[in-house]
Amino acid sequence: MSEPVLVVENLTVYYYTLKGIVRAVEEASLKAYKGDMVALVGESGSGKSTLGYSLLNLVPPPGRVVKGRVIVGGVDILSLRGDELRRARGSLVSMIFQDPFTTLDPVRRVGDQILEVLLEHGVPLEEAKERVVEVVKAVGLSERMAKAYPHQLSGGQRQRISIAAAIALKPRVLVADEPTTALDVIVQKQIMDLLDEIRKTTGMAIILITHDIALAAERASRIAVMYAGRIVEYGPKSKVIENPLHPYTRALLQSVPDISSSEWPKPIPGMPPDLRKPPSGCRFHPRCPLAMKVCREENPGMVEVEPEHYVSCWLYARR
Amino acid sequence: MEVLGRTLARILAKIIPLRVSGRGRILVYTGLVIVLAVIFMAIAAPVLTPYDPTRRAGRSFQPPSWEHPFGTNNLGYDMWARIVYGARTILIVVFLAIAISMAIGIPLGLLSGYYGGGIDRALSMVMDAIYAFPSLVLAISLAVALGPSLFNAAIAIAVIYVPTYFRMIRGQVLSVKEELFIEVAKALGIPTFRIIFKHILPHILPTIMVVFSLSAADAVLTEAALSYLGLSVQPPTPDWGYDLYKGKGFVLSGYWWLIFFPGLMITLLAVGFALIGEGLSERVRREQL
Amino acid sequence: MTRINTYKYVECCSDEARDLRWLFMGLLRYVAIRAALIIPTVLILYTLVFIVLRILPGDPVLAVLGTKNIPPEQLEQIRHNLGLDKPYIVQYFEYLWNVLHGDFGTSMIISGRSITVDLLERLPATVELAVAGLLVSLLIGVSTGFLAAVKRDTKVDLGLRVFGAVTYTLFIPWLGLMFQLIFAVWLRWLPASGRIDPDVSLRTITGFYILDSILTGNIDALRSALSHIILPALTLGLVLSGPYTRLVRSNLIKALESNYVFAYHARGVRSSKILLHAFRNALIPVVTYAGLQFALLLGGAVLTETTFDWPGIGTYLVEKVGYRDYPAIQAVVIVFAFFVGVISLIVDLIYALLDPRIRY
Ligand SMILES: Nc1ncnc2c1ncn2[C@@H]1O[C@H](COP(=O)(O)OP(=O)(O)O)[C@@H](O)[C@H]1O
Ligand code: SF4
Ligand SMILES: [Mg+2]
Repeated sequence: MSEPVLVVENLTVYYYTLKGIVRAVEEASLKAYKGDMVALVGESGSGKSTLGYSLLNLVPPPGRVVKGRVIVGGVDILSLRGDELRRARGSLVSMIFQDPFTTLDPVRRVGDQILEVLLEHGVPLEEAKERVVEVVKAVGLSERMAKAYPHQLSGGQRQRISIAAAIALKPRVLVADEPTTALDVIVQKQIMDLLDEIRKTTGMAIILITHDIALAAERASRIAVMYAGRIVEYGPKSKVIENPLHPYTRALLQSVPDISSSEWPKPIPGMPPDLRKPPSGCRFHPRCPLAMKVCREENPGMVEVEPEHYVSCWLYARR
Repeated sequence: MEVLGRTLARILAKIIPLRVSGRGRILVYTGLVIVLAVIFMAIAAPVLTPYDPTRRAGRSFQPPSWEHPFGTNNLGYDMWARIVYGARTILIVVFLAIAISMAIGIPLGLLSGYYGGGIDRALSMVMDAIYAFPSLVLAISLAVALGPSLFNAAIAIAVIYVPTYFRMIRGQVLSVKEELFIEVAKALGIPTFRIIFKHILPHILPTIMVVFSLSAADAVLTEAALSYLGLSVQPPTPDWGYDLYKGKGFVLSGYWWLIFFPGLMITLLAVGFALIGEGLSERVRREQL
Repeated sequence: MTRINTYKYVECCSDEARDLRWLFMGLLRYVAIRAALIIPTVLILYTLVFIVLRILPGDPVLAVLGTKNIPPEQLEQIRHNLGLDKPYIVQYFEYLWNVLHGDFGTSMIISGRSITVDLLERLPATVELAVAGLLVSLLIGVSTGFLAAVKRDTKVDLGLRVFGAVTYTLFIPWLGLMFQLIFAVWLRWLPASGRIDPDVSLRTITGFYILDSILTGNIDALRSALSHIILPALTLGLVLSGPYTRLVRSNLIKALESNYVFAYHARGVRSSKILLHAFRNALIPVVTYAGLQFALLLGGAVLTETTFDWPGIGTYLVEKVGYRDYPAIQAVVIVFAFFVGVISLIVDLIYALLDPRIRY
């Protein structure tokens, strides 16, 4: 396989709040290759968005990357400062968000907002204008919608505009943070189809952040499962879905309603932990049906159980 | 300044325990210190100065000295005496005015908010019209019509704050009305006036406190304005606004003490009330979150 | 009234045409409705003042002439001339009818003096001062608010907020007189009062001295008019700037914390440009507020005018107050009420131009 476009190594991000340190992401590592769609799956509050922000070196205060490396297209994003960092955002790695309404400036025409991204990265005006038309068409909108204001567009149209602004400079990696959660079902499918198409035609690697493992199973090429700030299982989609190793991944899969099976979905018992004082050892142990003594004492390291398929659980690790 | 405020706050917190936290408390106590100081001035006036504010105390136009700390005016009156006795005038007018506007605005707002319908629409329209209008101009025309006197000035000022209380109370009632315990009380057949006085009023008391302080701050400025224009108590009764107006005639002569002290007192008193209001509103805002 | 219209994007005609049609059709209707809404406001205030001035105990004629021993026949004659012997209802509607025709009646003091003429003469001075005061307050308020938001939670922020709160409670005549003492009497930099030097001759066209001196190319008059307006405008503007400080600060902070600002960063837009975009969003509510504040501005203008002997409607009102000239006072109230209504209408229209979400 060729060089990965995205490498995340031992990424650790804390929020230093007045009420204590929130250990939002701890020792997270992953890789994505050209044209990959890596799904980052986990319950709400498990640190997915925080990991996503780190890929742009855009963790909001009071958060701080404590440790680790993020390499996009050979560039160490976390070491960039000032204008270099700004230029990397948008051109090397870009991001779209859950709520397409609040992430567009309400008082500016959407086309101008896309145009600005290009101009801010040094694209000459004439070329930038052409590129806006191109990219608006590429996301399936008509050219004149560039003249609209955000409130004049539907949710799906707004999300398409967000995508257009994010991919206008053809970044190597696109972080999509719950891009369809705020949309209705039919539009969700359209937006996911669009992302798929972008991935295939441009070779952009997409990090799809979602709490919906069914969506991940349907669309992703790789899946990383996050629990309480840690990546607990990571591997190619087929392996993770067909042969889930981590007890949490299994529970997550069983909690999804399956029309073809007669079994009821099983909710995961217990509550996700408070990340200000996460459980010792394996963070899943208070909710894990298979927890052992060692689980409480020490965190299991990542092991490669089968090629490309990693898991962090004492059931597979050796002390 | 901040240290002073904090120390005072600590001392006062012992005397008047208030459930306001942090920054809000410093503001409230600083404001309280100012307002209480002025009230003390008004009460203890005869102790604070040997002079009669309406009698010649010495040569005219004396600059501040040990004998006359705030100087003397064109008639040779002692300005310090006029300031301490003047505190009585402005405080009486302001408290009277606010009391009148509360007595009218609060019941009307309760009725309007509770019953809604035609009364509500009519009252709201009148109140909005008054509210939107330059309040000082309204107060001036009322004071003119009623004739210049202490009591009439209070009435003129009262009218312009009626809409403030009306709107605030009405809004609060509308939001409280939706809450469950009111529904329950209604279902239990508790008489309307009891619901209002027993269940709604206590809920909106903190907001009333805030609006009281803020409107008192504004009323201080309005009273001063009316007396500056000769529409409040008549000379020679000591009144800060009127003294400032008299001082205006001597600007070109450079008799700064005739201007500086009366104006400073007006501003200080207004700032005092405003600080209390600001501080209290921090708490209300937090509770409403 | 103003509503946020989230209609679906329909492709029917060119955007410019559609936008304009929306704006224009809706605008006409909106202006008509808003203009109609000014009427009840003015009517209510007129009624209030009418009741207070005419019906409350106290005879206006006696009040004017004092309690001198005037023969009853002569009193009756004066009453009759002023129309005060008619039933209240008749007086009420007669006066209203006249006002609708631009006739505010005649002064009770200088008989036969048309109030309308007086008011028209004084109006430009008040508008000039109010506009200058508004500009000063916006300049101070917006810049301090901006600075406080950018330096949020620092000493600078705290200082600016205290500054805003204290200036707002300053007593206008005091501030004005202190300015006069310092800048006119002690430093002798600026004139203490008045609107223009008496020995400067200026041909008036619009009645706005600054505008007129520019129109006629009269440098001396311009210099004089400007030097006279500085202190009053500063007084009025400084006192009314506090709310803008607060408003701009809180709105800018809100805007800077919004999702679209985060998204701008994610797309690699320069921070300085993002600040500008956030600022634009934050300014929109300020415009609305400026409209609401106009009543306060007019009230402040009355005190400022009196303090600086500025020959506007404020000093006119205060002069008439001294004489108890009822018709004149009544006229000022009506003119101010009308003013407030018109200004709020204008502000709403500016708002619509600034915020694309508003369509009428
Ligand atoms: N700005 C912040 N300040 C403090 N804590 C935060 C902040 N943002 C997120 N967190 C905390 O970090 C953890 C991870 O949050 P997030 O990354 O948003 O999770 P997810 O996207 O998976 O829902 C949560 O416990 C959340 O409370
Ligand atoms: S390490 Fe232990 S507690 Fe954690 S998931 Fe594996 S078995 Fe369960
Ligand atoms: Mg999230």
